[in-house]
Amino acid sequence: MNYHSPASFAEASALAENADGVTRFLAGGTDVLVQLRADIVTPDTLIDIKKIDGVSDITQNDDGSWTLGVAVTGAEMTEHASLSRDWPGVVEAMDLVGSTQVQGRATLTGNLCNGSPAADSVPAMVAAGVTVTVTGADGSREVAVGDIPTGPGRTSLAKGELVSAVNIPARGDNAGDAYLRFIPRTEMDIAVVGVAVSLRLDGDTVTEARVSLGAVAPTVLLVQECADAIIGSTLDDAALDALAAAASAACNPITDKRGTVEFRTDVAGVLAKRAAKIAYARAKGETVKGDHA
Amino acid sequence: MALDDRKSDFTFVGTRPDRPDGLDKVTGRAKFGADAVAPGMLFGAIVRSPHAHARIVKIDTSKAEAMKGVKAVVTRADFATGLTGEFWNVQENVMAGDTALYDGHAVAAVAATSALDARDAAKLIEVEYEVLPHVTDVDKAMAADAPVIRDGTADGSVPEGMHPNVVRYHESGHGDVAAGFAEADLVIEDSFKTEATHQGYIEPHACLASLGADGKGELWCTTQGHWYAQKHCAALLGIETSQLRVTASEIGGGFGGKTTVFIEPVALALSRKANRPVKLVMSRSEVLRATGPTSSTSMDVKIGMKKDGTITAAEGVFRLQGGAFPGAPMEFTAMCAFAPYALENVRQVGYDVIANRPKQAAYRAPGSPMAAFAVESVIDLLCQELDLDPVEVRLKNASKKGTKASYGPRFDDIGLVECLEAARDHPHYSAPLEQGQGRGISCGFWFNHGGETSVSLALSEDGTVQVSVGTPDIGGSRASMALMASETLGIPYENIRVTIADTATLGYNDVSHGSRVTYASGLATIKAAQAAIAEMCKRAAAKWGIPEDAVKWEDGCAVPSGPNAGDFEPLAMADITADMGATGGPISGHFEATPEGAGVSFGVHIVDAQVDPETGKTSIPRYTVIQDAGKAVHPAYVEGQFQGGAAQGIGWALNEEYIYGEDGRLQNAVFLDYRIPVASDLPMIDTVIVEVPNPGHPYGVRGVGETGIVPPLAAIANAVSRAAGVRMHELPMSPPRILAALKADG
Amino acid sequence: MSKIHVTTTVNGDETEFLCDPRETLLDVLRDRLNLTGAKEGCGTGDCGACSVTIDGRLVCSCLVLGAEAEGKEIATVEGIAEGDTLHPLQRKFIEHAALQCGICTPGILVAAKSLLEKNPNPTETEVRYWLAGNLCRCTGYDKIIRAVMDAATEMREAS
Repeated sequence: MNYHSPASFAEASALAENADGVTRFLAGGTDVLVQLRADIVTPDTLIDIKKIDGVSDITQNDDGSWTLGVAVTGAEMTEHASLSRDWPGVVEAMDLVGSTQVQGRATLTGNLCNGSPAADSVPAMVAAGVTVTVTGADGSREVAVGDIPTGPGRTSLAKGELVSAVNIPARGDNAGDAYLRFIPRTEMDIAVVGVAVSLRLDGDTVTEARVSLGAVAPTVLLVQECADAIIGSTLDDAALDALAAAASAACNPITDKRGTVEFRTDVAGVLAKRAAKIAYARAKGETVKGDHA
Repeated sequence: MALDDRKSDFTFVGTRPDRPDGLDKVTGRAKFGADAVAPGMLFGAIVRSPHAHARIVKIDTSKAEAMKGVKAVVTRADFATGLTGEFWNVQENVMAGDTALYDGHAVAAVAATSALDARDAAKLIEVEYEVLPHVTDVDKAMAADAPVIRDGTADGSVPEGMHPNVVRYHESGHGDVAAGFAEADLVIEDSFKTEATHQGYIEPHACLASLGADGKGELWCTTQGHWYAQKHCAALLGIETSQLRVTASEIGGGFGGKTTVFIEPVALALSRKANRPVKLVMSRSEVLRATGPTSSTSMDVKIGMKKDGTITAAEGVFRLQGGAFPGAPMEFTAMCAFAPYALENVRQVGYDVIANRPKQAAYRAPGSPMAAFAVESVIDLLCQELDLDPVEVRLKNASKKGTKASYGPRFDDIGLVECLEAARDHPHYSAPLEQGQGRGISCGFWFNHGGETSVSLALSEDGTVQVSVGTPDIGGSRASMALMASETLGIPYENIRVTIADTATLGYNDVSHGSRVTYASGLATIKAAQAAIAEMCKRAAAKWGIPEDAVKWEDGCAVPSGPNAGDFEPLAMADITADMGATGGPISGHFEATPEGAGVSFGVHIVDAQVDPETGKTSIPRYTVIQDAGKAVHPAYVEGQFQGGAAQGIGWALNEEYIYGEDGRLQNAVFLDYRIPVASDLPMIDTVIVEVPNPGHPYGVRGVGETGIVPPLAAIANAVSRAAGVRMHELPMSPPRILAALKADG
Repeated sequence: MSKIHVTTTVNGDETEFLCDPRETLLDVLRDRLNLTGAKEGCGTGDCGACSVTIDGRLVCSCLVLGAEAEGKEIATVEGIAEGDTLHPLQRKFIEHAALQCGICTPGILVAAKSLLEKNPNPTETEVRYWLAGNLCRCTGYDKIIRAVMDAATEMREAS
């Protein structure tokens, strides 16, 4: 295995472009090193992107949107008060990934590019409308987060391409987001089901909504029927029931060591309701704690 | 004072001093299994079967042997031949012979100059397998169409007509159960299953081995019993037992799982072949795939009860799958099942079943927690049906002194009634429950154990004391030994240093298991101290010119035994030891025996469970452990044993399980998916230490390590079943299982 | 395969080592620098026994490459005591019998120290969640949590 720590994304891209065999980018390393230790993937080329300028920066742009460097850790996001105020669902989703120790290393970009349908931050990013900047030999392009994973362990990134920034939209007024996941313990597990809701209100009425489900299909889902179930409502019981039904109907899960088809389908509906209530309360300006202490 | 009088007033025993190894363990300097190095050391790696059951057609080691840095490759051909009995079973498990019997079974090993090279070389060893049909479930392994795993393994106890995978049979009990059931107002019969769990010690198996062609060797390893390791390694390598010196490292948890050998014989074989020391350390996934989990079980229990709560008869059938080798502790399951209750009519049957899983190993009260789950669940059902208080019913039927135990003998002094009364009177038992919560209780029983024990105690010139024991300290036992020695000798705790001696410096010691250490090594420490006291009294008598029996030992001094003995100033220990070289030579005490009076142990747990009816997720808001310790030598470590047992039981009840795929491969061989409780899963665990002295120990000590894991499975099942309103029959009670039960119940 | 030269600081001491690109920081600490206080319980970041801090940030050293230590400040359990004076957490762990076998203790001490530096007055729940990545199989966590809370109290009173 060859280890490189390039000083720019262009250099990183060129290294990857010209490498033979298996190439991996190293940001937080919390997936790459696990795969290495377990002999699942031993890359021929490992490109550490943490020496690139600006990769640890969290920047709020003039229009209120956010740009996060690709090596920003979960812990750095959680410690960032105004990012947490704007996008509590995204920040909490990232915070749910692994332990305190893992939070010291793990990144949104890594969570996304690992390609796991159960990645906690991905539904939250999809619901939030987050995009990533992808840099390759031909320059950079902006891609919706939902278009990066193409199946378990697979992404749409071409050889020589890598994510070079995470772009979170401006939050705007009267809006809130939330992410909830189901795990059998209180910590340390991979999501059995994950649900993210981002919505905007006009008065008491939901005017915009995006609902995303994780761990219930080969990739994270953005479910328009879920959004439709609550848009125009005040999140009354009927709307919540419709939301739950739409979430369950959208599931296309598998039975595995972490849960059954039936369980995932049922719990997706339960969590959709609970997450929507939290997002709604946040849009009303209330401070609501998420799942995490 | 007559030496054998049982003490009841204590100066040191029952206090909570700092443990002697505390400083080493908070500074990182304590040396565990993987922390040792030797000059010229190589690193080993093991090749393991990816198949649940496969004939090994061919092993080609040539590519690995040709790799730079590789110094030795071993297969089964490098071990002794002609072994029988348990030696043969251990050898088969340590390194497969003709057949790989489970996913993770070792088939070859390599030693190289670095750990990375060893791992790379292991990948170059090519093994050709012929895959055979497999079975991993206990009920399926007993079915007529199950593949035969190792024909001819069954012993003479198995009734005719059973599948060859049933390898041992047990039956015991007394009275007439049919007549007993006829007397009952209500009889409930139900079936239960539990999945295998792993001991989950945080330290993987690790060793450093050195063996020469001359048959002399050194082994450093993390183990609960280094004499066991010595005996088995010597047999497997074909060397003389005494030529192998084994030193126990600090041990990072065992809970029964380190009572046997896995990698140690392999490291020795590699070392012998390379003629260099070899370090071998398991990965977590190797630990989960290839070391001993518990048995999985399938159980039927039938209990008859009168309206007033009197149990009229009880019957249980317990089927235990223990991996591809005989030895599942089904007789313990059967014998422990009804032990808490005074029953006139009781019968229990056990089956030991082999399947394509790793060889089970002991795990804290092996076999007993599963039995309690089945039996105490049925008692809870009876209480619900007959509208009776669960503690009162258990009190009404509780075993006490003189009760003929369900497994045969009559109980001596036991503390079950005291534990149940403490439960009834504990504020937890009467505290109001919140919406969605249920409360469960359960009794638990473990035999406790004595075992072969040797202790040596040497006095230094300055009047301080070195105690050498042979039972690895898993949870603070050096502190307990020092307390008992200081109590006996009448000198401060700090003046005593307790060491875990290696196999070359002390007589044989049974493994640290069966809750035996504080009892047996403690008893031997007291007896060894008494032997040293006798010698010190003799020296004082000589100095004073009076008969030996005119001297007694009091508060750390030799004093005349009475006014007639003469008027002499007390001689402190240090006064005697200062010139012991001149008064007859060094003074030591030692004791070797197999003590039989371990004194059985009972406990009662109270637990509240909260079940989320929409997701089936359970949380444990409150937990109380009540257990008879006989006499708590170091109460903080007794509480720690209670709490640790409860926490492991919570994991077993709720989320821990071995998950095998259709292909017979273990699917969750990492801590991510083998879900042991984390800090945020648990509440504070309240403890009540009941002390009903054990007549078999000078200070009344009973072992406390194991009983703590017996009640939780049942207590939590009872709490969850009451909270959810639906009876749970299968462990773990994972959220999908609870939600499915809730939905099936409508 | 060529090795990587790394210059780093461990517990305040400048250190150099050569490592294979595949070696983790944990491998380097244990096998090359002889600092065996950090333990490998899983190798996958699930048990926390290998906890160290890098530039003050709590991490699992099994999930960091040795090569990534270049120019960093590493702190391990061996650096917690100052000379012969134990850190309050170390004292409280002994006093509260917060360890049985002791294999998880180094990682828990490093993690707890990191918590108290960030949050000197944590609630029981905060301690439990912060330490959720540090598995202990012996104690049921009760005495560990008490020891951390008690150390926090003492440290607050002393400051």
